[in-house]
Amino acid sequence: MASRHTLPRDESPVEWPLPPRIRPNLPDYTAATLGDWLKTAPLDEVDIADPIYWETDTNGIFFKRLRDEAPIHFTGINTARHRGYWSVSRWADIMAVDMNHAVFSSDAHLGGITLFDMDQDFIMPMFIAMDQPKHDVQRKAVNPIVSGSNLAAFESLIRERTQEVLDSLPRGEVFDWVDKVSIELTSRMLATLFDFPQEHRRKLTYWSDISTQDPELPGALTKEERQATLLGMLQEFMGLWNERVNDPEPKGDLVSMLAHNPATRDMPPMEFMGNLVLLIVGGNDTTRNSITGGLKFLTDNPAEFAKLRSNPALVESAVSEIIRYQTPLAHMRRTALEDTILAGHHIRKGDKVIMWYASGNRDERAIENPDAFIIDRDRPRQHMAFGFGIHRCVGNRLAELQLKILWEEILKRFDSIEVVAEPERVPSAFVRGYKSLMVRIPA
Amino acid sequence: MAKITYVEFNGNARTVDVADGVSLMEGALGNGVRGIDGDCGGNAACATCHVYVADGWTGKIGAISDMEEAMLELADGREANSRLACQIFSSSALDGMVVTMPETQH
Repeated sequence: MASRHTLPRDESPVEWPLPPRIRPNLPDYTAATLGDWLKTAPLDEVDIADPIYWETDTNGIFFKRLRDEAPIHFTGINTARHRGYWSVSRWADIMAVDMNHAVFSSDAHLGGITLFDMDQDFIMPMFIAMDQPKHDVQRKAVNPIVSGSNLAAFESLIRERTQEVLDSLPRGEVFDWVDKVSIELTSRMLATLFDFPQEHRRKLTYWSDISTQDPELPGALTKEERQATLLGMLQEFMGLWNERVNDPEPKGDLVSMLAHNPATRDMPPMEFMGNLVLLIVGGNDTTRNSITGGLKFLTDNPAEFAKLRSNPALVESAVSEIIRYQTPLAHMRRTALEDTILAGHHIRKGDKVIMWYASGNRDERAIENPDAFIIDRDRPRQHMAFGFGIHRCVGNRLAELQLKILWEEILKRFDSIEVVAEPERVPSAFVRGYKSLMVRIPA
Repeated sequence: MAKITYVEFNGNARTVDVADGVSLMEGALGNGVRGIDGDCGGNAACATCHVYVADGWTGKIGAISDMEEAMLELADGREANSRLACQIFSSSALDGMVVTMPETQH
């Protein structure tokens, strides 16, 4: 039997372009075929990192089996692409890994926080991919802007922007909710947080997409093109930094805060870029996909939608349920710093450990009736979409506020939003979301 | 059992009975006390049950663990008397204890 440990990087480097992926021998890779296969497939033959399981939204079938049959499971196929990884699928085990940052590292130099190692020729240090103590210092520099008390100041601005976007939507014609609402709102919000020129806000969306793009997908930028694009982003932001660094007092935007805070003002350029990417991705994909997911789930569950319409006070708990149900980042990855035992399994120093939040949020052991979308759960906030421990999402309150305002404003305006087709999903085991969702608002 | 008084940031106070061995986070959620979220369910993993412990009670509630300390470090408005309510467990020794909530949990 093959080794059940991650191959060491120095002995088995992942070479580009990546070798072809081993896929199950099936007549086609539609949701129906893949779903059937996953129900009985040998677990060792499934590489759930393969985008096909995410594009077809069939991964949940596999995770249910992992939770029941192999809650700590090693994937040893396609190691030439990812070196092999452990999947942690139950709530309690994920919590144990997320809490043990002394053993399970987020360090970019060990590969970082995603299943695929961070490009080691282009390391962008960012606090999500740092361990203590440096992590704490840099996180604290950003923390204040997304604290609850600071967000109160943003609330009316967010509401205004949301109203503008909703009021400009076409009536009586089919349009893409992802483009016209989800991306539009999140890009406006990011431009506001960075005080980035609003007319160029879609650049932020583009940079975010490039940062998280799976480099092996058709049409993806090459490594070199990707690096050049991100350097272009750095250049634009350096311009904003230089404008703001000499202000006598920091302004309320994130660039100003980074430029003025003693913990971050001397950051090397790559580190500045890393933290920009973190904040852009953190505030972009996640909220965008929860905005889209929310409409999809409420449409699929008309009784819940009716409940919300008749009692708008449920918006807050509905927002938590939407975030749980979507889990817009499917996983976070850690690297073991030493040999350790995790739920009875020997994890060796250097092993990749994947915490599948998308699975933990559907774990029957932690959440009652987890596959149901219920907007008035007893403890709606108890989900793991934001992660736990020192790397827990710093922007969670902002995300909740944006979604809360959005649904309050939707309920005030639209009696009906018809979803006219199944969504097209993002083919990624990291960003769990939607490329498009076609809808129509009656005239 | 202990009578615990929770004081919201706006000054609203509520006193509720919390059974022995139950955390002050659970005591708040179970009684509908506002201002405490308890997102992680009581693992000192999220810092959304941040409270300030009134003078005189600190010595009776046990020491801060490394994990609680790490989470409090990243909470807004950390003070010397900051604690996570999920790490404080009720007993008769805490009868009459007062905790105050921060402006927001984060």
